[in-house]
Amino acid sequence: MGIRERLSGNEAVATAMKQINPDVVAAFPITPSTEIPQYFSTFVSNGQVDTNFVAVESEHSAMSACIGSEAAGARTMTATSANGLSLMWEMIYIASSLRLPIVLSLVNRAVSGPLNIHNDHSDAMGARDSGWIQLFSENNQEAYDNTIMANRIAEHKDVLLPLMVCQDGFITSHSIENIELIEDEKVKEFVGKYTPEHYLLDDKNPMAIGPLDLQSYLFEHKAQQAIAMKNAKKVILEVSKEFEKMTGRKYGLFEEYKLDDAEYVIVCMNSTAGTVKQTVNELREKGIKAGLLKVRVFRPFPGEEIAKALSKAKVVAVLDKADSLNGQGGALYEDVVSGMYNEKLTIPTVNYVYGIGGRDTTTKEIESVYNDLIEIEKEGKNENPYRYLGLRGDK
Amino acid sequence: MTENKINPKTPYQDLTIGGNIYDAGNAKEFKTGDWRSQKPIWIEEKCKQCGLCWPVCPDDAIPVTKEKKRTNFNYDACKGCMVCAKVCPFKAIEKEV
Repeated sequence: MGIRERLSGNEAVATAMKQINPDVVAAFPITPSTEIPQYFSTFVSNGQVDTNFVAVESEHSAMSACIGSEAAGARTMTATSANGLSLMWEMIYIASSLRLPIVLSLVNRAVSGPLNIHNDHSDAMGARDSGWIQLFSENNQEAYDNTIMANRIAEHKDVLLPLMVCQDGFITSHSIENIELIEDEKVKEFVGKYTPEHYLLDDKNPMAIGPLDLQSYLFEHKAQQAIAMKNAKKVILEVSKEFEKMTGRKYGLFEEYKLDDAEYVIVCMNSTAGTVKQTVNELREKGIKAGLLKVRVFRPFPGEEIAKALSKAKVVAVLDKADSLNGQGGALYEDVVSGMYNEKLTIPTVNYVYGIGGRDTTTKEIESVYNDLIEIEKEGKNENPYRYLGLRGDK
Repeated sequence: MTENKINPKTPYQDLTIGGNIYDAGNAKEFKTGDWRSQKPIWIEEKCKQCGLCWPVCPDDAIPVTKEKKRTNFNYDACKGCMVCAKVCPFKAIEKEV
């Protein structure tokens, strides 16, 4: 019946990694994910895992080492944040195109500059087209659960793509909360052994990986990646179903919170969902039909499913914790809206860029968003769909 | 192995993922002769089988029998460097015009 504990988000992920006991962890410390390799290297030193820990000299080397070891046939994990992911940039595309199911714990932080170490989603959004599966986590429990499910999803034969588990830097990574852990034996059984069909250290079946891929082939190989990404949706649901059987904790592509009869809906990711839930509860007491759609799976993006879930809403706000600086709207907003368009859903939808660089977002501010939605419905006008929340000087 | 059949007309469903190659020692499958710049022609009547041409070929494109007799060029490997023609004392190798 699980083990009751209290852990920070970083401790939770490190604990999940300890239970998974991967063959290789190659990582370089960066705030706010530093604690993950730090705790994990302690597990290695204490002999609590069999993992070969590679202490590299940069994130570019960390991802390079991960690629090498995963290609060799070793289950490989790593962790990073913000500029660490930026330095991995060249290699994250190599990892996905070579179809290596590496699992990365991304503790979300603003990508510099100017220099900032606090939470927003600019690191994850920068990697949204890199061919990695991206799961988002509201709290330490979800970061832990997503990590336990990650290898199974990434390594599935219909997927074979790297995966990043995202959580909010400091807000969840450094906050200690109650958590229910799964017994070591159960995790071991759930995650299973890593048995790749092809790997470099298989001396009976020699192979070459990463050959030159020119005009006649790259297009087709990219299409294979795109199909694997589409396949991942089904696999994520299957693995989540199995996880639910083990733990009783239900995960889908997204979470619907009081969405059934909701007229005013906020769509967001990670820890802000907790703040939104609190606000929804308060508004519901006042008789306002507020609801939340919390995206868990951002890549592959469940556009069709989200559009269907939003179909009964009157007005929708999408909160982006990263500004795409494109004069048009945030990444989550654009994906939600294009999903709605494909489903011929034309309800008014607005975008709020919020929480940049770790700016706190309160229930009061979330309430102001719901008030804006009520206003939009009343006025029948949606003149400025690309907005800010909590910006000084904003009118 | 399937990749032997892989060519620029292969649909994406039949390609190995990431372009992986699962066959070792497959260099001979790669016909490099298609970037040959010039074409040497062997004139068998003039050839005395002196054995000077084939040791200088950088691409091993002149097959030799067990009896140490050369046969016609392997154009799948020949790049047309014409070194063989240069060393031939009997003008038994000519450039195709």
